[in-house]
Amino acid sequence: MSDVSLSARSKARVTRRPWHALVRWETLLVLAILVDFAINAHASPYFLDPWTLSDVTVSVAEKAVVALAMAFLVMAGEIDISVGGIIALASVSMGLVARAGLPLPLVVASGIATGLLAGCVNGALVTIGRVPSIVATIGTMTLFRGIAYAVLGDGVLKTYPPGFAWLGQGSVAGPVSFELVLFVALAAVAIVLRHATAFGRRVVATGSNPEASRMSGIATDRLRFALFVAVGTAAGLASVLLTSRLGSTRPSIAQGWELEIITMVILGGVAIEGGIGTIPGVVLAAILMGLVTFGLGLLNVPGIVMSVVTGTMLIVVVAVPAALRRYGGGRQ
Amino acid sequence: MQPILSLDGVAKSYGGVKALTSGALDLYCGQVTALLGENGAGKSTLVKIITGIVHADGGTITLDGKPVVIESAEHARSLGISAIFQEPVVFDALTVAENIFITGRPLKGRSVDWPTMMRRSREILAELDPSIDPAMVLGRLSVAQRHLVQIARALSNDARIVIMDEPTAALSHREAEELFAITRRLRDEGRAILFISHKFEEVFALCDRYAVFRDGAGVGQGTLQGMSSERLITLMVGRPVDQVFPKQVVAIGEEVLRVEALGRCLEYENVSFDVRRGEILGVYGLIGAGRSEVMHALFGTAPAETGRIVLNGETVSIRSAQQAIAHGIGLVPEDRQRQGAHLRLAIGDNITLPSLGRTTRGGFLSARREREQAAPLAEQLGVKMSGLRQRVEDLSGGNQQKVVIAKWLATAPRVLILDEPTKGIDVGAKAQVHRLMGELAAKGVAIIMVSSELPEVLGMADRIMVMRRGLVQGIVPRSEATPERIVKMATDA
Repeated sequence: MSDVSLSARSKARVTRRPWHALVRWETLLVLAILVDFAINAHASPYFLDPWTLSDVTVSVAEKAVVALAMAFLVMAGEIDISVGGIIALASVSMGLVARAGLPLPLVVASGIATGLLAGCVNGALVTIGRVPSIVATIGTMTLFRGIAYAVLGDGVLKTYPPGFAWLGQGSVAGPVSFELVLFVALAAVAIVLRHATAFGRRVVATGSNPEASRMSGIATDRLRFALFVAVGTAAGLASVLLTSRLGSTRPSIAQGWELEIITMVILGGVAIEGGIGTIPGVVLAAILMGLVTFGLGLLNVPGIVMSVVTGTMLIVVVAVPAALRRYGGGRQ
Repeated sequence: MQPILSLDGVAKSYGGVKALTSGALDLYCGQVTALLGENGAGKSTLVKIITGIVHADGGTITLDGKPVVIESAEHARSLGISAIFQEPVVFDALTVAENIFITGRPLKGRSVDWPTMMRRSREILAELDPSIDPAMVLGRLSVAQRHLVQIARALSNDARIVIMDEPTAALSHREAEELFAITRRLRDEGRAILFISHKFEEVFALCDRYAVFRDGAGVGQGTLQGMSSERLITLMVGRPVDQVFPKQVVAIGEEVLRVEALGRCLEYENVSFDVRRGEILGVYGLIGAGRSEVMHALFGTAPAETGRIVLNGETVSIRSAQQAIAHGIGLVPEDRQRQGAHLRLAIGDNITLPSLGRTTRGGFLSARREREQAAPLAEQLGVKMSGLRQRVEDLSGGNQQKVVIAKWLATAPRVLILDEPTKGIDVGAKAQVHRLMGELAAKGVAIIMVSSELPEVLGMADRIMVMRRGLVQGIVPRSEATPERIVKMATDA
């Protein structure tokens, strides 16, 4: 008897589908991007200049690189708050390696390796130490940045080998920056990994039901560990780009980035409880956030107001899907 | 003599599932009444109704000759009804005195009157176990002492009716004896006691009366004088045969899996059995007998500490589900929603998950190959769905279970373990699952079926392994299995 009513309900779900596709999260993000693009273009005559648009991509690409990895971690039901601290620590290690006079490849490698090791620490705390990821990475967030402060104090490291600046400032062709090319390439890899491989399926399954995933033969701990390492490595890479662009290292570098990166992931439609999310959504969210912050900058809006806007965006993003679910579907 | 508490025709359903249809029970002052019944007979529901935790849908409850509606746990306490549970419901971080007076703390003005609370706790404990200090943190007490604290709580409450739900399950023999002595004293002071136990030895040693439940209904009560354990068991299991099991005659082949002296601390020990091609091995026992734990050892999700597993003649080490799957072992777990299915994923994604390696090439997914694998299985099992993209959470329990079974069939297992495969699913789906088990056995799969349902075990299994308190009590061939014999082994009549 209950079968009858259930199949009736599932039929209703099927017929609702065209409408559902219309309010797909990615569709809404594209609309928001178009609206913001129009506002920016209207607000400033310089906005449509290719070199201005190139500037939009620069700072956002660094965060978006981390957001791509973070999206996988959140989809698997975990989170890493320590990415800002990892970027600072990686920047310090690059600064020290550069000051010692070592060549460019070693400087870059030390930044990425520091991120990787920091990711291993987070992964070990969560999968071996069984510390909830939010607690573990709040701890390492302070720890990593604390080490950066302990090493540098009030100091600055700014002797970098020649050629280092190109990574964060150089362009591949005309207004197309290296950072943009790197981000596009990594986004393509992430899309394939998430949507076309067994790995992506296992990530989503683990976030959706970790216990059933383990019982289905997924090595959930190994998977989570790998994802923490990936996020750490991505943070190391972001540190290379950021340090190169700024040309100097201070322990306060990338302060507060973790929140902007996590905002990108959530804005991209990844469910904070895990199990749901797409990479195109995260890419669109990164573009939208870049446009909004850059547009506010064009309008000379001060930084404090920008954080108000970012915060409001995040709340709206969490509230809107909840409202859509309540009014749009029968399922709670 | 008039019963102090009398239940008549009490019924309770949980979302369409009838847990209790016509519960009847009389409790008398100065008497211990044993409540007997198989798993799922409705005993726990009855206790929850008496203690006010759930409300009955129908029937009457009479207390002191007057009809009463027990509104809440607090109300039950104020009526003088107290319960002692199998797992002591106590607060480890609080003191013994606070645990005893968890409600109704003596007050001085608006704050707790600690000296009075300590003094009264000491007075009550003096009769039970003077070695317990009321100021001690409860977490430091043994399980037996925690039971005593629960009894002290009942006494502080002036309880006239005390319900004891399998209080001896975690106690040693000596501790149980002490508990019985206290129980007899409570009875002699004029309290009415309801004692739930699966141990006939205890029942006959302690109780004056019995009440037997079967399939949610009271099937008989009276004085224990002149009753035998055989007659009680007959009352417990003697149900009309209303199910015909589609048992197929299958030629049983060579041994596929053998376990020798498997053990895991505090869960099970010295467990040995084997299962053959085409055979269905039923595993019967009461809740807590260690059956599921043994299955998790075979599947690697909670490996055994001692003993060995022999698969196709070779000793194997299975320490994770991946290894079990690689060895051709599948497990349909008892907890479908938590361990079995990914409710928020699509049906197709659920079915292909454990066997993703078969449908992927170099780690890349193939929608076509996944569909070719999942669609025939969903059809074979008769999953009622709108399509493979539908989410599992939109299906009924029976159809969810079919999806979980389908995902293990996709791995082409040589040994399939089914833990309570038909628990909580409707009759139609149940019959389909049973038919499927027969078909799998006919194809040569070795099946281990854990079940608490006696008719299912008797109807489907070629041999029945009975477990009790972590030990194998025996393995009975189908031809020699009678309900009375199996229940007797599972309890200790």
